[in-house]
Amino acid sequence: MKELRLMKGNEAIAEAAIRAGADAYFGYPITPQSEVLEYLMAEKPYERTGMVVLQAESELAAINMVFGAGSAGRKAITTSSSPGISLFQEGISYIAGAEVPCLIVNVVRGGPGLGTIQPSQADYFQATKGGGHGDYHLIVLAPASVQEMSDFVPLGFELAFKYRNPALILTDGLIGQMMEKVELFEQMPRATEFDQSWVATGKTPDRERNILTSLDLDSANMEKHNQALQAKYKKMRQEVRFEKFLCDDAEYLIVAYGSSARISQKTVQLARDKGIKLGLLRPITLYPYPYEVISDLADQVKGILSVELSTGQMVEDVRLAVNGKKRVEHYGRFGGMIHSPVEVLEAFTEIFLNH
Amino acid sequence: MKMELSDIIKEENIVYRRTPLMTDKILSYCPGCGHGTTHRIIMEVIEEMGIQSQTVGVAPVGCSVLAYDFMDIDWIQAPHGRAPAVATGLKRVMPEKFILAYQGDGDLAAIGTGETIHSCNRGENITVIFINNGIYGMTGGQMAPTTLPGMVSSTSPYGRDVKTMGNPIKMTELVAHLPGTYFVTRQAVHSPSAVRKAKKAIRKAFENQKLNQGLSFVEVVSSCNSGWKMTPVKANKWMEENMFPFYPLGDIKVDGIMVKKEESQKIQQP
Repeated sequence: MKELRLMKGNEAIAEAAIRAGADAYFGYPITPQSEVLEYLMAEKPYERTGMVVLQAESELAAINMVFGAGSAGRKAITTSSSPGISLFQEGISYIAGAEVPCLIVNVVRGGPGLGTIQPSQADYFQATKGGGHGDYHLIVLAPASVQEMSDFVPLGFELAFKYRNPALILTDGLIGQMMEKVELFEQMPRATEFDQSWVATGKTPDRERNILTSLDLDSANMEKHNQALQAKYKKMRQEVRFEKFLCDDAEYLIVAYGSSARISQKTVQLARDKGIKLGLLRPITLYPYPYEVISDLADQVKGILSVELSTGQMVEDVRLAVNGKKRVEHYGRFGGMIHSPVEVLEAFTEIFLNH
Repeated sequence: MKMELSDIIKEENIVYRRTPLMTDKILSYCPGCGHGTTHRIIMEVIEEMGIQSQTVGVAPVGCSVLAYDFMDIDWIQAPHGRAPAVATGLKRVMPEKFILAYQGDGDLAAIGTGETIHSCNRGENITVIFINNGIYGMTGGQMAPTTLPGMVSSTSPYGRDVKTMGNPIKMTELVAHLPGTYFVTRQAVHSPSAVRKAKKAIRKAFENQKLNQGLSFVEVVSSCNSGWKMTPVKANKWMEENMFPFYPLGDIKVDGIMVKKEESQKIQQP
């Protein structure tokens, strides 16, 4: 029987972590995502599945606890919001360099600095282009519903272990705080099906010691390590996920992810009511990015609008995909403000139809 | 009769052998540095306890960042100062394993202060080995959190002026006052007797993990002859005359109980 529940996005992340068989959660409170830690502490997952939950003294500590637990080959997860995610970056860079799988959730709020506690999508660059120092990438998933907040937790773990790479769920305060119906998946085992030969759990006589490090003082070796990482990122491209909405006959296209995709879906319907053939492409993976499908759609449509809760970040990837073939513009409210479907339609009309 | 080395190295003549848990890799440390000796006695303890397959080390950033090259156990190389947090993550998901955080003074007492204090305060059931040589060795002899008042370093070229540069921090005394620490001691490895005592302390620090009573913290006061710009012999003498009065050797907390001051004084005296 389906297990349906009305939940906040943040609560769905927490419940999904337990059900996905996570071994450990380490976190530090920050609005608008503190419900994750609160839910887990109340739920006593150590009694349900043996999962560890620990409130760390800082985001620096939390991400490094994740580094430790992940290095043991365990499924470790942490969640935070923008300012806390900035503090994670050092650890994320080391984790990516040492190729340790883990799952990180960013419930984005407006910035820069302490910014605001309202939703934003202004951490796109940080999430998809590295964030910390060095040439590395995270696998980035962008849920657009509370259901996906739940579903992307096991998916994130799966991809993280498949590629031995940190995965990030990039969501925002809108989806984190919003309540929706969720169909919960059944409890999964805490074990993973993926290779565990690399883990640091104690050197047994049958193998060499395992060293999880991001350091190599020999630059020639470090170059090779970087080449191997790049080869891995190239392989990850097969994981591209996206959703098309009314694209088949579209003359214009909106590209939007997460909360902006939900808003833009309504915009598309409003446009269709007026006889404007507008479609929506929703990237689900932001890294790897669906460049190819956007490039293909660019051949079909007259213009593309990238809609984000930012001053324009993802629009750069849309432009890379379109490569000058068609006009690409950006629209979005920012700093914690949220655009309405009508505002998006008005912006689209102003940019593409009135000129 | 001419004697070959092989005539001497015979099973019956062997009075000492290197633990097989030290790798064949030549140590990258300077002659006279305490890291090598400390590495060896940690590995001897792990060998004697038979826990190689159950031990995971966390290496810091600093001279001992390459500790994993020399000690034949599984390792994670942590960001600067974060070793106790990484160790916490490891221990929480593998409470039955022995977890070692190996750190220098810059790592543990400056950039990692928060992680050190809180892992100690939570009583993480891990072993922290803290090498204190009062200087940043790896980066070329800069002032450390533990640099003595008046001590010259490349960033305190006229001596550490405590009025403007702050005071050296006695992290070991500090963490001893936290309820989460179970065993807190300060040792050295500059003489055979000191090595024996330090090894005993490190053994206890690992044995304690079986008790699950809290964190075991072993400071090892070490010389850094390169950073101090002295010969190894002179550096050891300087350490005895200057470091030990400020960082007195001996147990500070044993089995969760603070050692009485008189007793601790007694332990300091040879």
